[in-house]
Amino acid sequence: MALDQSFVGRTYPPTAPYEVGREKIREFAEAVGDASPAYTDPEAAERLGHADVIAPPTFVFAITFKAAGQVVEDPQLGLDYSRVVHGDQKFAYSRPVRAGDRLTVTSTIEAIKSLAGNDILDIRGEVHDEAGEHVVTAWTKLVARAAEEG
Amino acid sequence: MTAKIAYEDVEVGTELPAQTFPVTRATLVRYAGASGDFNPIHWNEKFAKDVGLPDVIAHGMFTMAEAARVVTDWAGDPGAVVEYGVRFTKPVVVPNDDRGAVIEVSGKVAAKLDGNRVRVDLTAVSAGQKVLGMSRAVVRLA
Repeated sequence: MALDQSFVGRTYPPTAPYEVGREKIREFAEAVGDASPAYTDPEAAERLGHADVIAPPTFVFAITFKAAGQVVEDPQLGLDYSRVVHGDQKFAYSRPVRAGDRLTVTSTIEAIKSLAGNDILDIRGEVHDEAGEHVVTAWTKLVARAAEEG
Repeated sequence: MTAKIAYEDVEVGTELPAQTFPVTRATLVRYAGASGDFNPIHWNEKFAKDVGLPDVIAHGMFTMAEAARVVTDWAGDPGAVVEYGVRFTKPVVVPNDDRGAVIEVSGKVAAKLDGNRVRVDLTAVSAGQKVLGMSRAVVRLA
């Protein structure tokens, strides 16, 4: 069954702050095999003009996707998460995420489409720091594949 | 933000150094832990096959992270990336052996923008299949 179009434009309350830790950034950089010192060495990061070590460009997804869970698990929306695949992902940065940031995410349903029985959901996550400054916007497209005919 | 590449030194068509990234089951377990994405399609072969996949597949976000490295290694400052987007077109299938899979990534400058920014278009291939579509990054150069 197609998702309810009236959910388009719905914004969910901001998440509790996520504190970005140096060691979490290091763990992520090691997991993707990236040896850039900007992720692990505060002095190297400083030489590049950053106040502390920064996170790789896709690091923030872990935070925005968790926030998108508010949408995905909204019982009123009724998305069948067992059939969901990740379609597209995009980030637009005002500045890199860095260690010590306390980030909140505000998720909004940007679009709902139905295509050949698939439900397509566009979620925008606006990420702000503790001072209320914009850090990054993440757009996540989720596709709930049509259920097979019984 | 201090990219090592100067805007003036780059032309449309400039190719970035291509890289290949190996992915084994161990890589995926490590990425699951670091990212918090524990979806069993990325580590449980039986589960993956039960939902119609050929085998365990890499996290799309892992592939996206590897593709970004062609841009961040080139720019010298990962913080120089101001926009980055991809479409997940095909999964990276990761067999349960010592070799796993390989993701091959290349990129080239597709457009010069204002504010010393350039758009880089990336291509990511695994097992002969294009695994990312519309893979684009905007980078602020020196």
